[in-house]
Amino acid sequence: MTAAVEARGVVKSYKAHRALDGVDLTVPTGTVLGLLGPNGAGKTTMVRVLTTLLRPDAGDVRVAGYDVVTQSADVRRSIGLSGQYAAVDESLTGYENLYLVGRLYGLKAAAARARARELLALFRLEQAASRLLRTYSGGMRRRLDLAGALVARPAVVVLDEPTTGLDPRSRLDTWEMVRRLVDDGASVLLTTQYLEEADHLADSIVVIDRGRVVERGTSDELKARVGSERLEIVVADHADLPALTRVLAEVGAAEPVVDEHLRRAHVLVHVGPKTLVEALKRLDAQDVRVLDVSLHRPKLDDVFLMLTDRADDGEDS
Amino acid sequence: MTAVAKVAVDGWMIAWRNLLHVRRSVDWAFAAVVQPVMFVLLFGFVFGGLLGGAAYREYLLAGILVQTLAFNSAFTVIGLSTDLRKGFIDRLRSLPMSGVSVMVGRTLSDLAVSVVAMLVTCLCGLLIGWRVRGSFLDAVLAFLVLLVFAFAMSWIGALIGLISPSPEAAQSAGLIWLTPLTFVSSGFVPEESMPGPLRVIAEWNPLTAVINAVRGLFGNTVPGLDVASGSWPDDHASAYAWLSSLLIVAVFVPLSMRAYRRVAAR
Repeated sequence: MTAAVEARGVVKSYKAHRALDGVDLTVPTGTVLGLLGPNGAGKTTMVRVLTTLLRPDAGDVRVAGYDVVTQSADVRRSIGLSGQYAAVDESLTGYENLYLVGRLYGLKAAAARARARELLALFRLEQAASRLLRTYSGGMRRRLDLAGALVARPAVVVLDEPTTGLDPRSRLDTWEMVRRLVDDGASVLLTTQYLEEADHLADSIVVIDRGRVVERGTSDELKARVGSERLEIVVADHADLPALTRVLAEVGAAEPVVDEHLRRAHVLVHVGPKTLVEALKRLDAQDVRVLDVSLHRPKLDDVFLMLTDRADDGEDS
Repeated sequence: MTAVAKVAVDGWMIAWRNLLHVRRSVDWAFAAVVQPVMFVLLFGFVFGGLLGGAAYREYLLAGILVQTLAFNSAFTVIGLSTDLRKGFIDRLRSLPMSGVSVMVGRTLSDLAVSVVAMLVTCLCGLLIGWRVRGSFLDAVLAFLVLLVFAFAMSWIGALIGLISPSPEAAQSAGLIWLTPLTFVSSGFVPEESMPGPLRVIAEWNPLTAVINAVRGLFGNTVPGLDVASGSWPDDHASAYAWLSSLLIVAVFVPLSMRAYRRVAAR
């Protein structure tokens, strides 16, 4: 069976800036791929290439088995896109938005009407069906945008930051909807800045930064690759923070992260208990009073920060 | 469904969506309806007294009609650039539909707005004494000339809307060239009254041809205000009006379609 999305060596430049610099990724049919990266990493550019909005400079991209450059019409028939900035029409009602999209996907009037009603019910928007979109809350708007991506029951659904700017409740709703999509047999590619989201939804994760893939695997694999545990120490005195930081840097497997306010620092370590003993020994030698010590499994955030190690320069994709 | 039928259905859907926007927006109704009424009354009565009273108001109407339709091309400019900015065009481009439908839908819905504006202007004209004095068939022909002209102007607007960096820039770019274009014509005063170079520009201005053709077809030619200048466009107003409208369509449809495909790459 061919993969839902198959991209090899995708390059896209804007003048001197290489937004995508040889990206490879595969979404096996019936799975969710999380495309993870900070702002400006190239996530949205990748989505635009996959959805035929942007022609890649180089590389081979197939979506639902069709080439995005030479068979773009077939690709468009097979995909549903839900955008980062909900591309719904403010001056139409919820129902009109879905009806319009249905007709443009080639549904007959009656079928488009029925599908619009069905999706409004599925996304709990029946009450708001005949209200203009500009009166919708952010969460409702996002649900409608997602509904719009599903009108034609596409084989491949592309979600560009589906939960950015949503409240926690709407975010959980969206996650639920994505799971249901996959249960129904769709393949999903979603981009996100939230590690938690990729952790919850994605069967596999691709981390990109500055247009390059910096890591790929399941979330467990990524966590394991970085360090087995996280050592966290709280000191009694603010003045001891530099000493703590120094010690953690010596014993840890990465740069320590310091929280001035809580007088706390943590670092990724490879062999937890042994390193813990070593760290305490060194702190004791420097007369640092330790209030609290703990070992955790690493969070995906740690992986992410380590992989995309750079200052946030506010560059946008 | 054949490819052509799909383009037609999609074009109709886009036009339907645009017209819902018009119905739900006060600005559009104001610009399309209030503005022509205002111009008919202002020009008719502020300048009318000096320029010939009732006869001038009769002369004026064709000018206001053409001016109104020309300014309506700004709707295409603003509509397209706003849809671009808001991501609506991107949304459409990710759907299995042709760009031709997007552009045809836009220009057709703007044509519908122009028809309303045209009827409002004519009604207002009737109230202040303007009449159709030619045959019924000529009047139909006059409206046809006006519609084809409006459609052509809309495609110029489409190109401006697509190549403008923002809706704000598009709005000024869409309007700035229209003021001289509509005034340096036979719309408000005979082009023969203008000094040398301006007069030549006015004579060759396609708007003058449309205005003169419509005036002729409505039977609104007024002695003293319509002077045969003997120039080619003046003697062949109808032919020149059709020719220039069709030429605009022939040039700006492909240019706009190319611009539509290009905005993709941004």
